[in-house]
Amino acid sequence: MDASLILAAEDAISGNINSVGYGLAAIGPGIGIGILVGKALEGIARQPEATGVLRTNMFLGIAFVEALALIGLVAGFLFT
Amino acid sequence: MTLASTVGPDDVVEGPVLASVSSPPDGYVPPSIEEFFYDPLFGSGIFAVNRIVLMMLLMTGALCLLFGMGFRRPQVVPRGLQNVLETGTEFVRTQIGDEVIGKEASRRFAPYLTALFFFVLAMNITSIIPGLNLPVNGLAALPLLLAVITWVIYNVQGAKSQGLGHYLRNSLFPPGIPKPIYLLVTPIEFISTFLLRPITLFIRLLANMIAGHLILGLFYSASTYLFLGYQDGRWWTALFGLGSFAGAIVFTFFEALVAALQAYIFTLLTAVYLAGSLEPEH
Repeated sequence: MDASLILAAEDAISGNINSVGYGLAAIGPGIGIGILVGKALEGIARQPEATGVLRTNMFLGIAFVEALALIGLVAGFLFT
Repeated sequence: MTLASTVGPDDVVEGPVLASVSSPPDGYVPPSIEEFFYDPLFGSGIFAVNRIVLMMLLMTGALCLLFGMGFRRPQVVPRGLQNVLETGTEFVRTQIGDEVIGKEASRRFAPYLTALFFFVLAMNITSIIPGLNLPVNGLAALPLLLAVITWVIYNVQGAKSQGLGHYLRNSLFPPGIPKPIYLLVTPIEFISTFLLRPITLFIRLLANMIAGHLILGLFYSASTYLFLGYQDGRWWTALFGLGSFAGAIVFTFFEALVAALQAYIFTLLTAVYLAGSLEPEH
């Protein structure tokens, strides 16, 4: 019986550290998408005629920001 | 720490605590990445046909059939299926092509963008079609292929419309920067333009589909498990099963949204990269 298992049993927390890693990876993009969509909505509210351009660019920004969180997800599967 | 110091490495430790670590206390098995891998049904090697390949062929056939039926005899005043499909193609051409590339140049790329959008959508939507229940884009093959095709197209287009030398100079040495900074900028630009663009296109689509499928699998398998809890005399787990089942239904609709959104984003980014290679950034 190896020692790390016993320690894990004593601490009563077991599982994969990857899930913690993904949680960390999701913080930044979460904040980023929040700011991004909020600002885009603000722009649309101020200038409704620019809705089309703003929406396209909002989705572009979301795609770039979201990639970070998704890479975090993939990395969790890759580096097991 | 106390436990580790009193128990030697060779001692056999018994008790409920360790048993709960080595094997889960109950029989619930959450879905894992193994969900995506199927044994081949027939064929072998690189021509092996498994469930994924069959789904791919089925959806490609369905897409061809749909568009063949819709546009076989196009009317000036569209009706029925043609109307629906024209709304879709119009959306891709105006909302993605014209908006990003510009009116004249987008005519040339409209066929590729339209085909890309509907193909990605068809391969994503299998995620929520009953009986198929697995996104084809949840496996690396198809997103990787599409990302490579996009990569080749925007690079070839850039070399064609700007000339290879100009294209490389504009993308690697953006103008208006002091000379020594190029030591820093050029490697970054190289990595981001020629490596990270296709890789992020690929991973964005793949990981969205994997995550969506795992969420759905988690909700559905959890509701099955919780509903079957009465067999062990735990009837009250069925209440949680109801909640899990409601979550599964909500997330099925969410998956439909994600499938369409990812098809849109993939096409939009392709258009953005194409627009960038058609004329240098200012």
